[in-house]
Amino acid sequence: MMAAASEAIVRVLSAGPGVTLQDAGRHGYLRFGVTAAGPMDSLAHAMANLAVGNPAGSTAFEVSVGGIEVTAEAAPLHVAIAGGEFTLSLDGRPLPPAVVLNLDEGAVLKIRAGRSGSWCYLAVAGCFVVPKVLGSHATHTRTGFGGVDGRAIAVGDRLRIERSGSSAPSPNAIVAPWLDRRLDTVRVVLGPQHDYFADDQIAAFLAGPWSVSAKGDRMACFLDGPRLTHARGYNIVSDGIAMGAIQVPGDGCPIVLMADRQSTGGYPKIATVIGPDLRRLAQARPGTTFRFEAVSIGEAVAARREEAALLARGIVVEPLVRTHLSSEFLLGLNLIDGVVGLDALG
Amino acid sequence: MTRQVDPAPATALSEPRFLDAGEAALVVEFGDTVDPAINDRVLALDATLRADPPAGTREFVPTYRSLMIHFDPLQIDRDTLVAIVYRAMGTVVEGRREVAAWTLPCCYDPALAEDLDEAAGSLGLMRDEAVALHAAATYRVYMCGFTPGQLYLGGVPKALAISRRPAPRPPHPAGSVLIGGGLCTVAPFVMPTGWYVIGQTPERLYASERKEAFLIQAGDILRFDPIDLATFRNLEQRAATGEIVARKNAA
Repeated sequence: MMAAASEAIVRVLSAGPGVTLQDAGRHGYLRFGVTAAGPMDSLAHAMANLAVGNPAGSTAFEVSVGGIEVTAEAAPLHVAIAGGEFTLSLDGRPLPPAVVLNLDEGAVLKIRAGRSGSWCYLAVAGCFVVPKVLGSHATHTRTGFGGVDGRAIAVGDRLRIERSGSSAPSPNAIVAPWLDRRLDTVRVVLGPQHDYFADDQIAAFLAGPWSVSAKGDRMACFLDGPRLTHARGYNIVSDGIAMGAIQVPGDGCPIVLMADRQSTGGYPKIATVIGPDLRRLAQARPGTTFRFEAVSIGEAVAARREEAALLARGIVVEPLVRTHLSSEFLLGLNLIDGVVGLDALG
Repeated sequence: MTRQVDPAPATALSEPRFLDAGEAALVVEFGDTVDPAINDRVLALDATLRADPPAGTREFVPTYRSLMIHFDPLQIDRDTLVAIVYRAMGTVVEGRREVAAWTLPCCYDPALAEDLDEAAGSLGLMRDEAVALHAAATYRVYMCGFTPGQLYLGGVPKALAISRRPAPRPPHPAGSVLIGGGLCTVAPFVMPTGWYVIGQTPERLYASERKEAFLIQAGDILRFDPIDLATFRNLEQRAATGEIVARKNAA
């Protein structure tokens, strides 16, 4: 396929399982049973997009620990990566885990699982040219909605990009220390069905400790820890499910419902993870242990406001050379300084 | 376990409960049973709020007995939302969409009704009796959920009130008509299920290319029209082109 002048192509050289395209989600159709999908870590997703000048909710690659390897075709691309602490390289040269760069035609960007984190986002300046389903690009593989034919990204995929004019000196590190998020406590708002549990079970739920199970995916985060018992049975008349709802099925093992959750369900939901902590939980690797802490609605909203303020500040970047100084670079710097100095003296 | 099978009788209008589903969703709960009067209140509130959505609200999700309101807590706070809900409940509902009555073709042929014999057997019915009972009843669409366009129906005859399976069965085909937990569901997407597949409809409850992607909505009335396998295959082909093969009548 020939790309028009304003177009470029992202070619996928390799992709692990679970890499998808995600925008801010398919909102407005929960009432018809349509899952919203969208990013697991919407803060990192927004940051990657903002770093290339896109609106926060734009479509980007959500990269799993399976990793991805891409190149640009037809024209260079302006891209940003943000999220967990993944291992990145451009044509074999290492990069920091949150970075903005120009991806030249034929240059190879590799993203691999790194020290921590389960998801990172690869945003591209401009728009992905893929069909929308119910107004969104968000991929939901269980129903085959969105993304590339409703499926995960695969090797050989060539994704057309309508480029925006944005570009910057390359590469630049994104300064965002808050992306390095620890998970010792996860804050929850109790309910909507905490009255299905006796007080000692609420206490056991909060005390944990809980460990993130290996069998989780975009739909659910399974937790290992104490088994909870229900005071009033475990079947309720199905009702709505919010993102972050913690349902407790008959076996007493809590499940946190994530981006690909179903719209409704019939198990009691003991509590709901607050928005900012849900993004942290999404980034936790299997085996990570933590406790829950019950907070008020007011505290939860305050935490959301803090998170929103991080984005409102704008994206701060710094040239990579400042943090990765090569001897060649230092030599160049000295020469320039010398010239400047001579001018000043003259 | 039997809460869905044996609904309590409708009582006088009680105060709703406001339950927090985190800081960005509020549940307005009118009861905890499957009851047309309770569901009417849910749908009435849904219609009123949607006619003039309060700033900061994002989505309204009506289910059997409660309405979930998704909202942005940085734009509207919980107390303001609760006050708006109380006001909305005192408002005469206008502009609520008309209830439609649907006749949905359904094939009960053994080739498509994979679990019919098993379900009929455990209910102590002959296969034909079970089909006759299912096709004679009038159902209410209580809600949509779980997968796009999937319907949850009340009005299942008592003789067909079967519990859910103790463990899920392998994925069923798209369009399956299932019973379980005293209810009936029509499921447009291939999914594993804890219910029993007793038939299949050729109608597509979700079709992205249609002007109205979702055919049937909560509050609608529905009956099943038994069709044979040849008719099913024919209607299935027509439905694939985007034609609506269900019939719609004014309620």
